[in-house]
Amino acid sequence: MSEQNKLLGVASSPHVSSPTGTRSLMLDVLIALVPAMCAAVFFFGPRALIATVISVAACEIFEFGYRKLLHKTQTNGDLSAAVTGVLLAFVCPVTLPYWTLVIGDFFAIVVVKQLFGGLGKNFLNPALAGRAFLMLSYPVAMTTWAVPGEWAGLVSASDAVTGATPLSVDFMHSGILPDATLQDMLVGNIGGCIGEVSAILLLVGGIYLIARGVIRIQVPVAFIGTVAVLTFLFPQGGNDRLTWMLYEVLGGGLFLGAFFMATDYVTSPTSSVGEVVYGIGCGLLTVFIRYFGGYPEGVSYAILIMNVCVWFIDQVCKPARFGMTKELKEKQKAAKKAAKEGSAS
Amino acid sequence: MSHKFYGGVHPAEHKEATERKPVIPLEEAPAQVVIPMSMHVGAPCKPLVSEGDQVTVGQKIGEIAGLGAPIHASVSGKVVAVEPRPHPGGGKMMSVVIENDFQDTPCDTIRHRDNVDALTPQEIIDIVKEAGITGMGGAGFPTHVKLSGAVGKVDTILINGAECEPYITADHRLMLERGEAVLGGVGFIMKALGLQEATIGIEGNKLDAVEHLKSLLPAGSGIHIETLKTRYPQGAEKQLIQRITGRQVPPGGLPADVKVTVFNVATASAIYDAVTEGKPLTHRNVTLTGGAMARPLNVNAPIGTPIEHLVKMAGGFQTQPQRLLMGGPMMGNPQYDLTAPMMKGTNCILALTDAEAAIQDTEQTCIRCGKCVNACPMHLMPLYMRLFSTKRDWEKVESYNVMDCIECGSCNYICPARIHLVQTFRMAKFEIRGLQAKQKAKEAANA
Repeated sequence: MSEQNKLLGVASSPHVSSPTGTRSLMLDVLIALVPAMCAAVFFFGPRALIATVISVAACEIFEFGYRKLLHKTQTNGDLSAAVTGVLLAFVCPVTLPYWTLVIGDFFAIVVVKQLFGGLGKNFLNPALAGRAFLMLSYPVAMTTWAVPGEWAGLVSASDAVTGATPLSVDFMHSGILPDATLQDMLVGNIGGCIGEVSAILLLVGGIYLIARGVIRIQVPVAFIGTVAVLTFLFPQGGNDRLTWMLYEVLGGGLFLGAFFMATDYVTSPTSSVGEVVYGIGCGLLTVFIRYFGGYPEGVSYAILIMNVCVWFIDQVCKPARFGMTKELKEKQKAAKKAAKEGSAS
Repeated sequence: MSHKFYGGVHPAEHKEATERKPVIPLEEAPAQVVIPMSMHVGAPCKPLVSEGDQVTVGQKIGEIAGLGAPIHASVSGKVVAVEPRPHPGGGKMMSVVIENDFQDTPCDTIRHRDNVDALTPQEIIDIVKEAGITGMGGAGFPTHVKLSGAVGKVDTILINGAECEPYITADHRLMLERGEAVLGGVGFIMKALGLQEATIGIEGNKLDAVEHLKSLLPAGSGIHIETLKTRYPQGAEKQLIQRITGRQVPPGGLPADVKVTVFNVATASAIYDAVTEGKPLTHRNVTLTGGAMARPLNVNAPIGTPIEHLVKMAGGFQTQPQRLLMGGPMMGNPQYDLTAPMMKGTNCILALTDAEAAIQDTEQTCIRCGKCVNACPMHLMPLYMRLFSTKRDWEKVESYNVMDCIECGSCNYICPARIHLVQTFRMAKFEIRGLQAKQKAKEAANA
């Protein structure tokens, strides 16, 4: 054997791989969130950007520190912690003190993600679980909304002008339409969390992700579609169906949730059928929580509840077996039965 | 009729290096050919010659022993050894080594046949058998066995011109340059099976071949040509059947179970040569390409030509290849000994550079993205098959139908975490087969 031969690699096929890796997928998600970030800065001021940057830095530091402490390989390069950081900041009000946000980051990265084994092993969306934790721990701070256009202070936001979000308890439960116009709702000129207000720019990001093949269309369409159909069929407070539906769809965190949270790889099903089932489940729960729950907004809890169903959905919604017809199935069943009886007798 | 197959991937094609280069004979014939006695599915052949014998091109040197196809000398000259030699499939295999006398003296059995129209179906099958033709798309199933097994049992003939593997252009050039032979061969297959129609499936990245074959088609030939979307693995037997007929081969079944039989375009042209000219299968088209190959080209080479000679014909390596493959990058067989020969099923010798063979990437953690599920043309859930494989829970892996896996590599290709899925499934299948054999032995002992 010549020297040259010894340099030849031998391994199982295939010998080529797609250029898309975990890091590039996460980078695409970050890029897709840029438009919504711009809207946040425009409406809530530079504090929105600073809060997001702090959140990303905290997530990366927590991930690094945890893995350093436990002598595990470092995974900061896959950018998944950065995505969690941005998303958690996006589901918090801009007036939330920075330190509170960092506590949420700790819960998301260390408790929800790393304690379960790191990327790919967590069964809840880290950012949403972080938000749920903050909602329980700091309910007032988490439901104080800055008025758009009135930029919050960079260091302390305690003097910020605050107001109601279109998805306040009154609006949801007594069927009163908010003051904001539909146009305001679409572009994001409303109170709310940092990244959730501008439906149109979130949609731009979502379309980018679909076009890049990062996410598939099933979950967002099933999710938003279910909310739209339910709110159209059951409008509250004698409002016009269509108007009510549009307010419901554009309000709250539905677009952020449907395109960026519910599509989280780790905590969503893998087959097409499973994705549709999951999306419909998210939609149903969102409307149920909005209509009958004690919380003003249902998207985050709807997704968290569906997160824990994912393993089950994946077991039930397997793709149909290739070449398996009904007759063949019955034949196999009959053969199995015959074999059982044969061995019994 | 148009149906879709589910899943698949679209790797970079890289066919531009050779798709416009006509097939040429080797500039320099090999000084020696090594002809393994196993180039087909089934039992190895029994050598008919021994050291010192003189052989001619097309002379039978290996006789069927069980399931198989006979093997013929591809050059004329002297047999210098009949011994185990390195085989492209790994390990060593009994081979006949012939020293080329560069005379290319043809065997006296090779005779032009005038009255081909008078041949009966059985005669055609016998000719195919004597010519040693095997499936030339890769698997290498003896063609005469496929034909005789299909008589009366199938209603659809499909001819595979998809050539969905990246880099390879051997079939593409064959269809462009020897279209008559391909169509003629399809005609003989139809006659042998007593069917009036056949469909040739060609991927849309070879529209010139589609147009060319269409222009050659005589009226009322019964041969249809269908353009298929370029998507790997379009040319996998089960996916081609699904795409063209809409039928799905049942789990563990054969195409005949859905009344279909599939032949490669190269097999069809070999049948044409065997029937009209009496030529056994001794030469075939091979694409020599890849980033490490100095002068990529398509050649028509004698079967048994050592890989190192083929590489020399392609100008040698311009850089050290990371992998040298027999076949395409998705399913090809890596070679570690360049003295191994090309075989009846060899359509490509591919020298991949470091950059092309992305193997430096170590396995990362599964992020459950589901890309493997959506890429699997066999409707499997690779991520779960792999999860339970790593736990060595073979029963569970089997319940995810791992035995249906065709090892096309789509899941492995698309995986952003670079997980070695196909390798895992090969191991799982091996383990499960072992368990099944044990179970059977136990049952037999009890009975």
